[in-house]
Amino acid sequence: MADGSIGLWTVPLAVLGGAIRVSTPFLFVSLGECITERSGRINLGLEGTLVMGAMSAYGISYLSGSPWLGVLAAGITGALLGALHAGICSLPRVNDVAVGIALMLFGTGLAFYLGKPLIEPTAPRLPAIDFGWWSDIPQVQAALRINVLFLIGVVLAPILYWAFRTTRWGLLIRTAGESSDAARAMGHSVLLIRLRATMVGGFLAGVGGSFLSLFYPGSWNEGLSSGQGITAVALVIFARWDPMLCLWASLAFGGAAALGPALQSVGVTSGYHLFNAAPYILTLAIMIITCSPKRTLTGAPAELSITR
Amino acid sequence: MDFGRISRRHLLQGGAALSLGAAAGLRPAFAADTTIGFIYVGSRDDYGYNQAHAQGAAALKKIPGLKVVEEEKVPETDAVEKTIESMINLDGATLLFPTSFGYYNPHMIKMATKYPKLRFEHCGGLWSDKDPKNAGSYFGYIDEAQYISGIVAGLTSKSSKLGFVAAKPIPQVLRNINAFTLGARSVNPKATTQVIFTGDWSMPVKEAEATNSLIDQGVDVLTCHVDGPKTMVENAARRGAMVCGYHTNQSALAPKAYLTGAEWNWEALYPKFVKMITSGEGIPNFYRGGLKEEIVKTSPYGEAVSAEARKAADEAKAKFLSAEGFAIFKGGLVDNKGKTVIPAGTDRGQKDPELEKMDYLVEGVLGATS
Repeated sequence: MADGSIGLWTVPLAVLGGAIRVSTPFLFVSLGECITERSGRINLGLEGTLVMGAMSAYGISYLSGSPWLGVLAAGITGALLGALHAGICSLPRVNDVAVGIALMLFGTGLAFYLGKPLIEPTAPRLPAIDFGWWSDIPQVQAALRINVLFLIGVVLAPILYWAFRTTRWGLLIRTAGESSDAARAMGHSVLLIRLRATMVGGFLAGVGGSFLSLFYPGSWNEGLSSGQGITAVALVIFARWDPMLCLWASLAFGGAAALGPALQSVGVTSGYHLFNAAPYILTLAIMIITCSPKRTLTGAPAELSITR
Repeated sequence: MDFGRISRRHLLQGGAALSLGAAAGLRPAFAADTTIGFIYVGSRDDYGYNQAHAQGAAALKKIPGLKVVEEEKVPETDAVEKTIESMINLDGATLLFPTSFGYYNPHMIKMATKYPKLRFEHCGGLWSDKDPKNAGSYFGYIDEAQYISGIVAGLTSKSSKLGFVAAKPIPQVLRNINAFTLGARSVNPKATTQVIFTGDWSMPVKEAEATNSLIDQGVDVLTCHVDGPKTMVENAARRGAMVCGYHTNQSALAPKAYLTGAEWNWEALYPKFVKMITSGEGIPNFYRGGLKEEIVKTSPYGEAVSAEARKAADEAKAKFLSAEGFAIFKGGLVDNKGKTVIPAGTDRGQKDPELEKMDYLVEGVLGATS
């Protein structure tokens, strides 16, 4: 320990640190998508929303000097993109999956276009809370330097779980997702419920994007998301539309992303391509284990265009 | 819809456009209005590899009579052939710079065979006599600058543990890792370099994770070979580690942590290329050079670099600039598996093409190529 290294302990520590650092965007996007899909609509455009959120958060933080204003701007941008998706989808005979793909391309393209002048400047970052004060090992302190957004996400998951089950709003969203006829018979506008659910989903995805550019990795560039938004949308499916499972799945993905670099750093160098692919192998494995051709996915909202 | 008719019409239009293009190609090269096409694999302002080329392209834009067309984020697939075709047929480009490693074979070679009157200059490829005469490859011995970064890193590190965040184990990357390590060990024999491969040229989250893992292992000076070093530089500086930059000067991102860096100097080379063509001598098909030829340069030393390190680095630089030059890869070189990779007595000078096929990591590097 004299030379400041902690040997093989790096691996579990990096996976823990990675779970905390890398999981936040997954968590926010998957919780947002969970709300949207529970209302009976799929928004595949969240990859674009994530990138737009990252860009607008960085831009506003740079221009105003306040990273929190950046987070808010990212959320609003996300909500607007969500409203656009819901607005187009409320027209008759529009396929929400196709609109989502179009908005994904639109969002990333617009973010790259508007973000060109933001690559060079350095914007103020979100602060971190030091949870590692009890340890005098710098590696532990670094792993436990936690951002508030992560904590908000962790608290949000059980709240959503509870809200879906017990609140009026939760019931309305689920009704719209399970049977639009029932919601209509109760006198509610299904389109309005879905509009709100998609906007909230977009808001959360935008906030997830702000974490990427304002905390970790912590700067704006065009490779920033590298598909995390899409991964998070897929994550909702294998989390069975359950916010708590979304939380665990996001943490597992974050940890898996840290595994490849951590193993190489302690000298496990063979097959690093395989370890780098760990998150995708994990997805595939869970999908294969849990799927069955004989029934639809348990927990899938009945109104979703993929299950209908 | 009758797709058959439309595609036939398009075919005819395409044929007409092609013959027009071929006619355009017959113009004498480099008339008053010459169009030069630049193709980048990533974003033009990535604080790294592509930005360095774009700065070179910007230097050409200042020359009267030259028009520069650029396309960024072109994948290393047949997409680059389409880009080349459109630059030739729509923009009238007569000199093309596909700047990414994977463009060379088969894509650029195919295009050079198809348009024998036009000139193709590829960055990083290995031109051989079998390749078309109107194609060429140029590259800089940036490992010379990495060697100097290694000297500074080796004398600055307190733990003697250096870190290298690398994209893929291709020869150019391995050569940089090895030169960096040899530079560090020339002044600090205890120094080791831990390398982490992220798997691709631009993976910000992986690069940040790699940086953190290296620092967790006690590494206190880092450098990298990825397209955009911004992520590594910022995250390492946040953890209190020192960095050596790559591709361009990143000192503005971390003024206190930035020691020095290995930079490209394309803004000096590209105007030189244009002069070679206008004067009639032409660009050699295989063009290489290092610090002496001003194809690469080192960043100015940061404030954390000690007087001792400056002196050692300046001495090494003087050797590279001297008339006889300096070979980084000397005879008797052993790789990190204990195998002798360069037999004793045969120094491999910078221009030795064997070095461009490098597939080993030298002694002192912790890591493996596969």
